[in-house]
Amino acid sequence: MNRTELLLSQSHKRILILDGAMGTMIQRYKLTEEDFRTPELRNHPKPLKGNNDLLSLSRPDIIKAIHAAYLEVGADIIETNTFSGTTIAQADYGLEHLAYQINYESAKLAKEVALEYSEKTPEQPRFVAGAVGPTNRTASISPDVNDPGYRAVTFDELSVAYKQQVEGLLDGGADIILVETIFDTLNAKAAIYAIQEVFEEKGLPLDPKEGGIPVMISGTITDASGRTLSGQTTEAFLISVSHIPLFSVGLNCALGAKELRPYLKVLSENAPFNVSAYPNAGLPNEFGQYDQDAAEMSGQVEEFLKDGLINILGGCCGTTPDHIAALAKTAAKYSPRKLEFVNDSDE
Amino acid sequence: MSKIKNIDVMKLSGLEPLVFTPEINFVNIGERTNVTGSKKFARLILNGQYDEALDVALEQVRGGAQVLDVCMDEGMLDGVAAMQKYLNLIASEPEISRIPIMIDSSRWEIILAGLKCIQGKGIVNSISLKNGEAEFIHQAKTIKKFGAAVVVMAFDEVGQADTYQRRIDICKRSYDILVQQVKFNPQDIIFDPNIFPVATGMDEHRKNALDFFHATQWIKQNLPGAKVSGGVSNVSFSFRGNNPVREAMHAAFLYHAIKHGMDMGIVNPTMLEVYDDIPKDLLQKVEDVLFDRHDSATEDLLEFAETVKASDKKEAAAELWREEPVANRIEHALVKGIIDYIIEDTEAARIELKNPLKVIEGPLMDGMNVVGDLFGEGKMFLPQVVKSARVMKKAVAYLEPFMPKVGDVDYNEEQCSIKKILLATVKGDVHDIGKNIVGVVLACNSYQIIDLGVMVDAQKIIDEAVKNKVDIIGLSGLITPSLDEMVHVAAEMERQGLQIPLLIGGATTSRIHTAVKIDPVYSGTVIHVTDASKSVPIAGESISEETKEAYHKQIKETYRQLRIEHEAKQQVKQMATYEEAKANPVFIDWEHYQPVVPSQLGTTVLEDLDLNILRQYIDWTPFFSTWMLSGKYPKILQDEVVGQEAQRLFKEANDMLDQIIAEKWLQAKAVVGLFPVDRVEDDLVLPDQGVSFHFLRQQGKKGKGVPNRSLADYIHPDQTDYLGGFAVTAGWGIESKLKEFQDKGDDYNDIMLKALADRLAEAGAEYLHELVRKQLWGYAQDENLDNDALIKETYTGIRPAPGYPACPEHSEKRTLFDLLQVEESIGITLTDSFAMYPTSSVSGFYFGHPESKYFGLGKIGEDQVKDYARRKGISQEQAEKWLSPNLAYSPSFNIQEP
Repeated sequence: MNRTELLLSQSHKRILILDGAMGTMIQRYKLTEEDFRTPELRNHPKPLKGNNDLLSLSRPDIIKAIHAAYLEVGADIIETNTFSGTTIAQADYGLEHLAYQINYESAKLAKEVALEYSEKTPEQPRFVAGAVGPTNRTASISPDVNDPGYRAVTFDELSVAYKQQVEGLLDGGADIILVETIFDTLNAKAAIYAIQEVFEEKGLPLDPKEGGIPVMISGTITDASGRTLSGQTTEAFLISVSHIPLFSVGLNCALGAKELRPYLKVLSENAPFNVSAYPNAGLPNEFGQYDQDAAEMSGQVEEFLKDGLINILGGCCGTTPDHIAALAKTAAKYSPRKLEFVNDSDE
Repeated sequence: MSKIKNIDVMKLSGLEPLVFTPEINFVNIGERTNVTGSKKFARLILNGQYDEALDVALEQVRGGAQVLDVCMDEGMLDGVAAMQKYLNLIASEPEISRIPIMIDSSRWEIILAGLKCIQGKGIVNSISLKNGEAEFIHQAKTIKKFGAAVVVMAFDEVGQADTYQRRIDICKRSYDILVQQVKFNPQDIIFDPNIFPVATGMDEHRKNALDFFHATQWIKQNLPGAKVSGGVSNVSFSFRGNNPVREAMHAAFLYHAIKHGMDMGIVNPTMLEVYDDIPKDLLQKVEDVLFDRHDSATEDLLEFAETVKASDKKEAAAELWREEPVANRIEHALVKGIIDYIIEDTEAARIELKNPLKVIEGPLMDGMNVVGDLFGEGKMFLPQVVKSARVMKKAVAYLEPFMPKVGDVDYNEEQCSIKKILLATVKGDVHDIGKNIVGVVLACNSYQIIDLGVMVDAQKIIDEAVKNKVDIIGLSGLITPSLDEMVHVAAEMERQGLQIPLLIGGATTSRIHTAVKIDPVYSGTVIHVTDASKSVPIAGESISEETKEAYHKQIKETYRQLRIEHEAKQQVKQMATYEEAKANPVFIDWEHYQPVVPSQLGTTVLEDLDLNILRQYIDWTPFFSTWMLSGKYPKILQDEVVGQEAQRLFKEANDMLDQIIAEKWLQAKAVVGLFPVDRVEDDLVLPDQGVSFHFLRQQGKKGKGVPNRSLADYIHPDQTDYLGGFAVTAGWGIESKLKEFQDKGDDYNDIMLKALADRLAEAGAEYLHELVRKQLWGYAQDENLDNDALIKETYTGIRPAPGYPACPEHSEKRTLFDLLQVEESIGITLTDSFAMYPTSSVSGFYFGHPESKYFGLGKIGEDQVKDYARRKGISQEQAEKWLSPNLAYSPSFNIQEP
């Protein structure tokens, strides 16, 4: 079995566990500006602290240790440290030229750790999801209230940037491409467009069942209105990204497990793909910190595991290996969501 | 377990979803935001008045448009920039961007620019084969990458399709390219088969409407998933300036086009008459033209149109209805959506009836019921209904101050005794008229109403109910998806431990739905309320201390009974009657079809078919599945898991085949018969032989434009046509060889030989069918297909076998065998239960019509079984026995003691 077939067969058997937050873990290391500078960037004019993706180049030891910590507690899939790995997001630091390298190296080091654990636990193979973030600009919302027709980024600019990111991730050995934290569906459509271009150039089929690289899509419902930042309902979002055969569609970030439940139900009832969820550790407190502990989070998650809404489960902001350990333990008690098609066709 | 809903339907989105469920009758595309169609819009865009141009879009949405067509094709305009700017502005107006966008342009660069601006799933309008396949494929592939649906014009290298045949040929060709080469989702394909003017006075235009109807029906029947759209106003082009006639033509055309399967279209709601309100004489003449019923149809309509124009009918009629009694006036205003006199009429009714409530429950509700009925019958369209609702709302608002004030919040001192009712239209639904009426009626009866409005989320309903300590929750909804949402609300109420009585109301709700779907998920009282007047006693009983417990028990029991009855009736309910099914046959354009006379009529016996030739016709895939190896041949030979085993098996099979042929283990024989046939309803009668075949017809309720098929449909209804029959066996001589293996206990070769004999029989049927198509019947003399294409059944015509899904009644095989003298000529015999021996045999019918296709009969009703028994001259019990897997009912057997 190749990696894709292995992943598909695992997904039929049980709920797959995705890792938790990268940022939360990096904060624990109390890093300084020096940690973010590779020898080549010693004299880079802009401050680089906070550019977490860069750590894959400057402190690969830390990123590897974080990946290992999640694999150790039972994660099946780890996400590459590439949330801001596009030329568009790296432009804030003047590091557009490093975008490909960040993706390539991040995928490579994640793959090393994943393979190491696959060998340790052959019954539980581990996978690397190449993370594609939303960038810091929106294609369908104007940043200028006085000029609603203005756009800070275009579809073409986004798809060029995403294409380079996806190429870096695949070249570095990512098993999956995960477009995540989608708050503007048009950005995600540009990413999906770029993925199709890359697959076409590499001669890869789109459908994972035909040997393509699995694609995961994860949107973000920003608040209790039940809509994305760009205004779509969950079902409208699903319809807008269903034009390629996805491995999974789901929701992450912004909300805790409890708040996410009604929207996961919508996906579960309508998506002809696997459904994923990786909520935050509750809602942030007054200081912007997440203080929901592992037990409370897994208790809330259990509600929708019981209803069979989920195929892939993990954590977003504020979650740690403790949370993932608890989620993995809870998820092991339940079967993954089964896809059953209600077919009303004529003959 | 998640049941994924509506996989096989078209889905579009703006900020909200638009799902083409079977309940959606017709989707209205807003057309005023099109510079080629609206002078006003063109002027606004050219002047750069984009704010005003946005108002045009907003009016369309508020007027009921479900998709917004945006077109910037104008010579004086930078189309790319205008499309980008306008779509970006729309994106910042949630009320507009709620609905999906149709990017309308004949210029590819404008389409691309548009696709890059919409976050939802929109529609591209349009592409076609006009400039050849290469461009068509490229554009379709690109559109697919953006995840949009596409309108395909019936247009090819030669030009626009203007006949029925050209329409279906081009649509079929486009569809095949899109589905097979581009892998386009068939649900995302919309055909525009060209609506052209009728009554132009030119003979070649006489069939324009009829051809559109027929092409639409053909597309819906033969191109699965595809939708049909069109611009309706074209049809009345020759009556420009005569709006009464145009409006009648639009309404009549739309009415029939929808019946033939049209799914969506560009319709100006202000240019549309209500179908039932078209004066009968005018309607007659319009339909004569649309259906090209006689030679003078056009002239008659033109002549009549002059009188319609001259008398200025509209104004005369407008004055007339004002003379009618007030109830009629109110109904007229509601149906027509005329708001001008409604206050005046409502006041007159209030004085006459002396009670504002009676006005609502009387003339206003009566009028709305008429609107609802017309809508249900497809004779009124959504934009018109929205107008009616506006009139209703205005009347109700006018009456409100006259209502008794007992329930008002002013009565704070009595707060504790005042019962509170929370009302909400559920999430996803915006209809609130019914709910508002219920609110008004209940308020009149001393309840305090907490109205949460429309589109209310389940959690909000629950939170507000708990916070306000309400006594009853009332849910309302008009559209079908609201039914599911109500179930969801009830389930959430249960999950969160509520016990408040739940009232269910609104146009699509029903007692049975409430009983079957909602009641079981909520342990509190759930009651379906049929209309506003019923809400008062129901509310009273469900919360009064004295009655509530008994009422709870009684209503739970009633619903439990309903569920049991429903369960029992389940299958029967989704059936059409046999009469209805017969009235919905496969549509075939017989006018343009001439049956091909077989070159060799009568029976032909083929004594010894060459196994070397048959061998080339073998479909190996089923052979492997006999051996429990799943996978398609030849790919299976390379399969990672079973490949090696498959190769070994394949080699041994071929070795045995070599032996079979060299040592003459088996002999293959066949008989074919081709006969003239007449169709008598669902029977096919062979007049020369005095033999009849009896066919069955699908009886499941079908979606719009989908036929209830019977094999009889593929035979010309009123002209001599031809039918074939055949039987082929490859099992001659197998017994002695099998015995040899069995004696040796050689199961492997025993199975191998049987499997190969079966394959050879099937190959024989394939070979024979080709022989029939190319020579014996000869309707496809130029056919040239390889074995792969044969396996995929890409040839013309079918060979269904008695006992298989399309004609599952096995005893017909007896008739077929007698007709062909199969037993005498090639020695296949039939058992009492009509199984063939030797087993490696195949028999069946030949249907030659190019549109004949395989299907499954499914369940049938007692009415059809009775008729079948009559036709076949057998008892109903016998028919029921033979058809038992297909019965949609449980026959009442008379068990007789021996």
